[in-house]
Amino acid sequence: MKIYRIHALVCAGAQCIAAGGNGFEDALKEELKKHDLVEEVNIVETGCMGSCQLGPLMVVYPEGVIYTKVRPEDAKEIVEEHFLKGRPVKRLLWKQEEKRFPTLSEVPFFAKQTKIVLRNCGLINPEDINEYIAQGGYEALAKALTEMTSEDVIKVIKDSGLRGRGGAGFPTGQKWEFAYKQQSDAKYIICNADEGDPGAYMDRSILEGDPHSVLEGMAIAGYAIGAQKGYIYVRAEYPLAVKRLEIAIKQAKAAGLLGKNIFGTNFSFDIELRMGAGAFVCGEETALINSIEGKRGEPRKKPPFPAQKGLFGKPTVINNVETLADVPVIIEKGAQFFRKFGTEKSPGTKVFALAGKVNITGLVEVPLGTPLRTIVFDIGGGVPEGHTFKAALTGGPSGGVIPAEHLDAPMDYENLTQLGTIMGSGGLIIMDETSCMVDIAKFFLKFTVDESCGKCTPCREGTRQMLNILEKITSGNGVMEDLDRVEKLGNLIKLTALCGLGQTAPNPVLSTIRYFRDEYIAHIKDKKCPANVCSMRGAKNERKVANRHPA
Amino acid sequence: MKGKSQIDILHEIQESNPENYVPENLVKKVADTFKTSPAKLYGVVTFYTMFSTKPRGKHIVRVCRSLSCHLADGEKIVKKLKEELGVDFGETTEDKEFTLEESSCLGMCSIAPSVMIDDVPFGNLKEEDIPVILKKVREGVL
Repeated sequence: MKIYRIHALVCAGAQCIAAGGNGFEDALKEELKKHDLVEEVNIVETGCMGSCQLGPLMVVYPEGVIYTKVRPEDAKEIVEEHFLKGRPVKRLLWKQEEKRFPTLSEVPFFAKQTKIVLRNCGLINPEDINEYIAQGGYEALAKALTEMTSEDVIKVIKDSGLRGRGGAGFPTGQKWEFAYKQQSDAKYIICNADEGDPGAYMDRSILEGDPHSVLEGMAIAGYAIGAQKGYIYVRAEYPLAVKRLEIAIKQAKAAGLLGKNIFGTNFSFDIELRMGAGAFVCGEETALINSIEGKRGEPRKKPPFPAQKGLFGKPTVINNVETLADVPVIIEKGAQFFRKFGTEKSPGTKVFALAGKVNITGLVEVPLGTPLRTIVFDIGGGVPEGHTFKAALTGGPSGGVIPAEHLDAPMDYENLTQLGTIMGSGGLIIMDETSCMVDIAKFFLKFTVDESCGKCTPCREGTRQMLNILEKITSGNGVMEDLDRVEKLGNLIKLTALCGLGQTAPNPVLSTIRYFRDEYIAHIKDKKCPANVCSMRGAKNERKVANRHPA
Repeated sequence: MKGKSQIDILHEIQESNPENYVPENLVKKVADTFKTSPAKLYGVVTFYTMFSTKPRGKHIVRVCRSLSCHLADGEKIVKKLKEELGVDFGETTEDKEFTLEESSCLGMCSIAPSVMIDDVPFGNLKEEDIPVILKKVREGVL
C-alpha cells in the first residue's frame, strides 16, 4: 500500500459539484503536478460531508483542516502554503460568528452530531469498495451469514428497536419477521430510494456517499427473510446516486459479496436497480411495487400487506435507505450499542436535512429525541441575524409545523405525532417571520394536488377543494366558514384516502391552523397577510427575503 | 429484455431519442413485446412526469420548485428562465435546444435555488447566472 503524507478529501456530493467542486479538484491536481507532490498528496473524492451550503468543501488529513467554498483559484495557495509549508490557509477555514475553526472536530456543526448512518459519508471514496471494506464494511454481512441464523438476525434487529426511517416508524424487525414466516418460493427485498419529499435529501447523500452500506443492509435483510433478490428503486432525478450505485453493485459482485454463495455459504443474493420516472406517489410502498413491475404507480389496497403479497405477488420487505444503512452497524455492534442512542421508544439516530432560514444548512445526524432547539441553534447556528425563528416544518407535504413555543420538544416519533406533525423522512425546513403559514400550507397542497395519482376520490377531489378554499383565503376573499370547512374536509380526507399520500396530505393545513389560527383569521377578517407574502385582493406585495449570513 | 420492466425500456427509448420523447409507434411496439395493450402502456407513459409523448428540446431544464427553493426566492429564477428561454413550463424553445420543466424537488435544498440541466446540477443561483449557464450549455462546454 502506498503511504501518503497528506490525504485531501474533496467532497464530490451532488451539491458540492453543483457549487463548482469539479473545477477546484482539477486545479488542485494541476498544482500538485507542478510542485511534484503527486506521490505525497492523495486526493480522495468523497461523498457528501453534510454542510453543503458552504461547498465545495475539502478536509485535509492528518490534521482534519476544513476548507469551505474553495474555488479553482484557491488551489495554488493551498498547495504552496499548506501542503508545502504546513500553514493552513486561514481565509478559507470555517468561519462562524467572526471566529475561524481550524479543524473539523472543533466546528460545532460537526462536533455536536452523532454519526452512525453517515459514518462513512465524506470520509471514503464511494466508488471504491476497498475503502468501505477498510472501514469494517461487509463484516456485518460475514457475521450474519457465518455466525447467525435468520432468526438470530431478526432478533437482534427487533431488540435494537430500529424503526423505519422513511417516515411511518414501523418496527423493522417486526416487518422482517412477518416476511420471514411467509412460505413462498421467492421473496424480495426492496430499498425505497424514491426520496420525493420536498426538502429531504439524506437518502440521496447516503447513496452518493456510502452506497455499500445500503447494499450490505439489503443483503443482511435478504438473509433474514429468505430472499435471494433485491431491488433498489431510485428516483430518476438522482443521476449521480444511480451512477454510484451501479459502480457499487458491480464491485460487490466482482468481490463475491453479492451473487452466488456469498462467503462460501448457501446464501445467494443479487441486487438490481430500478429507476423511477418522476412520480411522488411511488414513494408509497404499494405504488412503488407497481412501478417496479412496470405499471402506473398507483397504490394498492392493504391488506394484503407487501410482506404477505408484494412484488410479483411474493412476500416483500420494503425498507428505506437510511433504515438499511443502520442495519450493518446493529448487526456488527449489537442491539445494545444502538440503544445507547436515542430514546426508549425511538432508539438510534436520525439524519435530518436542515434547510430554509437557518445559518448553516445541510445534513445533520443526531440521536432521536434531540430537542429541536439543539438542531436549529447549536448545530445550525440559528436563524439569520435580525430575524426570528417562527416554525420548523417536518415531514414535507405529509407533515406539519412546530412553532417556537415547542422548540424544546424532543424530536422522536411519538412526540412529533403528538405535536400534529410527523417525523417523515427527515426534511426539516426552518421558517422565520417572513414566511406566511397560510402560504406554506397552500404551497404543499398545490404539491399534493399535482402529485395525487387520482385513484381515490378523497385525495383527488378533496385536496383540490381544500386548495380552492386556501386560494380564496390568500387572495382576500375568504369567509370565516371557510376555516371550518377546510378543517372538516381535511379530517375527512385523513380518514378516507387510500394511501399514505392522501391520508397525510391535509397535515400541513391542519397543523398550521392549529398553531397559527390567528394568521388565517387575519387573512379572512382583516384581509391582511401578516408576513406580507400573499397578494390580497390583487395588491402586490414585495416580499422581504432574508439573506443568509453564513460562515 | 430480460430483467427489464416497461419503464426501463421507456427510459431507454426516450434517452436514445435526440428529441427526448417516446414516439407513439414505439409505444405500440413495446406493448406488443410485453403482451399488453397500447392503451395500458400509454397510461404508463403519461402517468410519469419524466416521460413525454411530444418531441422536446435537446436539453431538459428542470427547475426546482420545492419549499426550500421557494423560500430562497426561487420564483425569481423561474421567471428569469422563462424570460431567457421565451417559453413556459412544458414548452420547447424555437431552436429546439431547451425544454423547460418543473421539478417538485431536486434534493439540493442546501444550495437553493437550484436547477438541473440534463444530468448536471446547479445551485446557489442568482438571476444573472441563468444566461451564463444557458450559453455554456448551448455551446456544449458543460
